[in-house]
Amino acid sequence: MRAWSCRALLLLGMALAVGGQAPHTDRRSGFDFMAPETQALQQDDASNPGMLWVLEGEALWQEPAGSAGASCAGCHGDAAKSMRGVATRYPAFDSATGRPIDLQGLINQCRQARQGAEPFAAESQALLALTTAVAYQSRGMPVEPVTDPKLTPFVEEGRRLFERRIGQLDLSCAACHDQRWGEKLGGSVIPQAHPTGYPIYRLEWQSVGSLQRRVRNCMIGVRAEPYGWGAPEFTTLELYLRSRAEGLPVETPGVRP
Amino acid sequence: MTRALINAPKSARRGEIIEIKAMIAHKMETGYRIGPNGQPIPRDIIHRFACTYGGVEVFAAELFPAMSANPFIAFTTVAMESGTIEFAWTADDGTVERASVELAVT
Repeated sequence: MRAWSCRALLLLGMALAVGGQAPHTDRRSGFDFMAPETQALQQDDASNPGMLWVLEGEALWQEPAGSAGASCAGCHGDAAKSMRGVATRYPAFDSATGRPIDLQGLINQCRQARQGAEPFAAESQALLALTTAVAYQSRGMPVEPVTDPKLTPFVEEGRRLFERRIGQLDLSCAACHDQRWGEKLGGSVIPQAHPTGYPIYRLEWQSVGSLQRRVRNCMIGVRAEPYGWGAPEFTTLELYLRSRAEGLPVETPGVRP
Repeated sequence: MTRALINAPKSARRGEIIEIKAMIAHKMETGYRIGPNGQPIPRDIIHRFACTYGGVEVFAAELFPAMSANPFIAFTTVAMESGTIEFAWTADDGTVERASVELAVT
């Protein structure tokens, strides 16, 4: 966290030029900005630590839970078939709440409504494992464009959150990830903030973590008060990020430094 | 539940050098960190990894708190005859997590 504050401080000295997001043809996953060693770690399933979470998630998939005594597999069958491509379409519109819902929210909703079980706690091992295992089924498939008209106002709201200056350092997400991607923040290259590898195994965390955890890191880095776990702002922001990342392949489980 | 990923060839020629990669999920708590209650978090690491092939120990390693979480160990051995390759990770609390793979030698 301290390192992040220092990096964010460095940014203070920079004049922030007004610029747009990366053009369609120049969208790059964070993968492209990593060292070759880290890239190799992600690409080899025998050494990608995120696969441990996939393994656990696949076991949880088979496990009955809650008062209904039903397992994910009981309704959805083989995850490799039924969950294929699902991660490319989320966050999606949830008619029950009238808001976008992300994969983690969907898993917890299913647990409550269909299994009669307690929802998993935010950032719990089980929720991360199940989300990783579900998103893993879409690996290599392109992120689908957001076409649902009901989502349009939320994409716009997400863009507003992305471009809003926050925190004592008065920086927006866009100030780094739209206008200064490819440049250095401290010793690290600033990526374009595409959410294609989540949940990711981050070497700094020595664990798998969600996009919410990553965004909270950034918010603390610019000395802003992070949104609470599971806050609707996160889902809205995630939806906007999905619309930006249209066409990029899903990498789950991604590895990041 | 043991969460281990083993990558080893299923078959090999006699005398061939084979590479084995083993990774296990473990938090590898160093014992040097302070918890939210101000008390040190007790050390909990895997301190020994051993691999036996046909009942004979062919590789072993001592691990220390500087090892990262989810330790990944890669090593080589020579394929002698068909048999079971077994892996054992011994943690500080005495638990031993095990995994095994079969190797067919032709």
